[in-house]
Amino acid sequence: MGPKARVNDFVVKFANVNGSGSASANGMFARSVMRMGVPVAARNIFPSNIQGLPTWYEVRITEAGHLGRRGGVDLMVAMNPQTWDRDVAEIESGGYLFYDSTKPMPPGRFREDITVVGVPLTAMCNEAYELPRERQLFKNIIYVGALAALLGIEPEAVQGLISEDFAGRQKLIDANFEALAMGHSYVMKHLAPLPLQVRRADAVGDRIYVEGNQAAALGAVYGGATVCAWYPITPSTSLAEAFTAYCQDLRVEPESGKARHAIIQAEDEIASIGIVVGAGWNGCRAFTATSGPGVSLMTEFIGLSYFAEIPAVIFDVQRGGPSTGMPTRTQQADLLAAAYAGHGDTKHPLLLPADPGECFEMGALAFDLADRLQTTIFVMLDLDIGMNEWLTQPFQWDDSRKLDRGKVMTAEELEAGADFGRYKEVDGDGIPYRTYPGTHPTKGGYFTRGTSRNPYARYSEEGAVYVDNMERLLRKFDTARKLVPAPIARAAKRKTRDGVLYYGSTNPAMNEALEMLETQGRHLDALRVRGFPFAQEIYDFIAAHDRVFVVEQNRDAQLKTLLMTEGGIDAAKLPSVLHYDGTPITARYIAGEIAQRMALGQIEAAE
Amino acid sequence: MTYILKPQLHHPKLPTNSLGYTRRDYEGSVSTLCAGCGHDSISASIIQACFELELPPHRVAKLSGIGCSSKTPDYFLGNSHGFNTVHGRMPSVLTGANLANRDLIYLGVSGDGDSASIGLGQFAHAIRRGVNMLYIVENNGVYGLTKGQFSATSDRGSKSKKGVVNTDAGIDMVSLALQMGATFVGRSFSGDKDQLVPLIKAGLAHKGAAFIDCISPCVQFNNHVGSTKSFDYVREHNEAVNRLDVVMPRDPIHVAYKPGETVQVQQHDGSILSLHKLAELYNPSNRAQALGYLQARATRGQIVTGLLFVDPNAGDLHDAVGTVDTPLNQLGEAELVPGSAALDRINAALR
Repeated sequence: MGPKARVNDFVVKFANVNGSGSASANGMFARSVMRMGVPVAARNIFPSNIQGLPTWYEVRITEAGHLGRRGGVDLMVAMNPQTWDRDVAEIESGGYLFYDSTKPMPPGRFREDITVVGVPLTAMCNEAYELPRERQLFKNIIYVGALAALLGIEPEAVQGLISEDFAGRQKLIDANFEALAMGHSYVMKHLAPLPLQVRRADAVGDRIYVEGNQAAALGAVYGGATVCAWYPITPSTSLAEAFTAYCQDLRVEPESGKARHAIIQAEDEIASIGIVVGAGWNGCRAFTATSGPGVSLMTEFIGLSYFAEIPAVIFDVQRGGPSTGMPTRTQQADLLAAAYAGHGDTKHPLLLPADPGECFEMGALAFDLADRLQTTIFVMLDLDIGMNEWLTQPFQWDDSRKLDRGKVMTAEELEAGADFGRYKEVDGDGIPYRTYPGTHPTKGGYFTRGTSRNPYARYSEEGAVYVDNMERLLRKFDTARKLVPAPIARAAKRKTRDGVLYYGSTNPAMNEALEMLETQGRHLDALRVRGFPFAQEIYDFIAAHDRVFVVEQNRDAQLKTLLMTEGGIDAAKLPSVLHYDGTPITARYIAGEIAQRMALGQIEAAE
Repeated sequence: MTYILKPQLHHPKLPTNSLGYTRRDYEGSVSTLCAGCGHDSISASIIQACFELELPPHRVAKLSGIGCSSKTPDYFLGNSHGFNTVHGRMPSVLTGANLANRDLIYLGVSGDGDSASIGLGQFAHAIRRGVNMLYIVENNGVYGLTKGQFSATSDRGSKSKKGVVNTDAGIDMVSLALQMGATFVGRSFSGDKDQLVPLIKAGLAHKGAAFIDCISPCVQFNNHVGSTKSFDYVREHNEAVNRLDVVMPRDPIHVAYKPGETVQVQQHDGSILSLHKLAELYNPSNRAQALGYLQARATRGQIVTGLLFVDPNAGDLHDAVGTVDTPLNQLGEAELVPGSAALDRINAALR
């Protein structure tokens, strides 16, 4: 079988040891492809560890713009002897293996159906560098140089990135250029370019390349958040850290240099959400960033926020559960925990971003919704969106946009004799007015509590008073239905009775899967869910189809469960496509599952 | 917890402070605690202290956790915003509220169950962050609302009403607050208003984390022979190290005690603490000595009360975070939203 020839459409996977400095070199590889106008989708697959364990970086080079994980590997850059066998096994038949040929490998460690490319990286490093750390770091740049030559990546693209990354440090730039050239010229001299080639294109456009956590943090800045309390937990930590960095840049009073923000690394997740609730009660926009275990710890406060009606925003960057689960793997498995967090009857709005662009938008929107609805708003990222850099539409902001502070009664209104009842239905939307503490000397003060109370915030355990309040909270939740982001429809090319619902990071794989299915003559209308409570369009979509697949990255079909619970939909109408091994879902998987079920459906119909 | 509001009428000749408020304007709803409860005496002292300090009542935010003591903020400062949070978590909520508006005065009221058991962690961390607040623990050594279980401040060997002996070591909240870096630490007794009112005033005027452990006997479950938190026991074992007088900058300064026995301390807000020393050797400006003194007296079975430590020049969490002078909850779009031009720059750097 001859080698596969492919231009701007293949997958390169780097197998490294973590802590070896490979991450920045691998990132540079991916970005250099983008600098040539070819989109990439890159994902880190890393352990919960700092040094010494295997780590992978998968780069899908895709002029067609398929940003989901494809599955399979065309070129394996095998830099980790520990994982050699499984790395070699993962290469698609007819693919390529790049390795450090300093020490010869026994022929039995290779495969006959792949092409092996050896570069004596260690020997080259040992000859060129004295210090062990230099040898290790520059080895990474040398292989980037070698790969550039093998794959047709313009060395200028890599050099441009090196110059930008090390701007002002000429010595480092020179040293990196040298290492790059070393790898490049070795290939040009001893080897030949591979049939896998990157060619300059114009498919990136003005898109930006950014992590979801960073985008969500920037959204929080634009959404007017001033208080952030958090506790370190993978994969959410970089969200709070990015917020800190952005605030230092964008949220400092120019005259005094003082902070227009307060960020507290709390002692745990309970204190984090407590600080958020306290700040929200006192009229600040406040948030925490966490993951599933943190949400578990926060549930008592989330219930308080629901019942006492205090604005709060939680960014839940989901990881593999339950318990400690798979801390560095991705899942969409906190939907139910977040939607119904708290004891007693509680429900919370969820925003479901699909990429960093939406992390920014929804990150800002969440604060308007929290103030408007006076409750906890969840923004449900996952590790795949949060911790990987994605190509996404540039961030946009309308300068005429105002922060919606919701229903807040002012001192003037109180003075003018407005009847203030903290939990009183006024406008029929279930949302009462609130006052900020310290507003007026004699009016508008009230006692906030998690116990049942009457519309004027006075303690009451009377059944009718309690029920009225709980019903109002339901009306408020119904108001939320119209405020959360609407679903986005993608109609099939032909009229069909089949539909598919999906959400979050499944988006790019789903889009690609729909294209694959279409070429097989399988047509489905698709609807991407972006918020909970569910918009009416979602129920209409389900009603308009005979069968609606629900694609999710969890075991228990959590979105489907919510649809059944909230919408009373028959489970049989919603076949699940579930992927939950901790790796991002792939188009191949989705298309395969749906094709199989559709084929089975046809056979059943024929019988 | 009550919905009984006190009538607004009061005697026309009630004295008013310079803001025109009477003592009644600092009261709240009618207490539903047991008759004779130490906590009600503490509420009365808080009312008196706020009246004397001439605080605008609505500029105080009062927060509490869960338990008998945590119900009390309903019974004072009826025009203030109050927040009865969740069990043991008042310190974090107060911290968040304080970050949002640095201009209000924060009073945290808690109990020994709320702060020494479920909330020990949050108590310690709020103190070590230097949150600008007065944190009062109404300490009765017992769970009153659930009818008489030992709390974590019960002394080893003390006996419950049912005759059960506590075998666990008691947590001394004062020592803990000192170790965690509180910059104002006092202990008092609910039955000693002369000592307690000035301590509360000084604590409210203090900038930084102020803590008062107030022993407050539970008349129902912890006021019997064998209890170390009963009225009789505390009166017999009380070792007061000083008596305090608080003079606000607006008052003519007078010294109530004889020279030689009095130490004057000026706090950040200009208030002067006039300390009448009862124990010759006691020095309230030395944290290590305070801890040593407490330990030494504890081994003799004595409960030291008074102002045990004060750092009059302490900073607070806002100083540490470096926040702007304007309360964060008053910043608007212009200060908070960087706008599209800044976003264009950010986009450009991400290509």
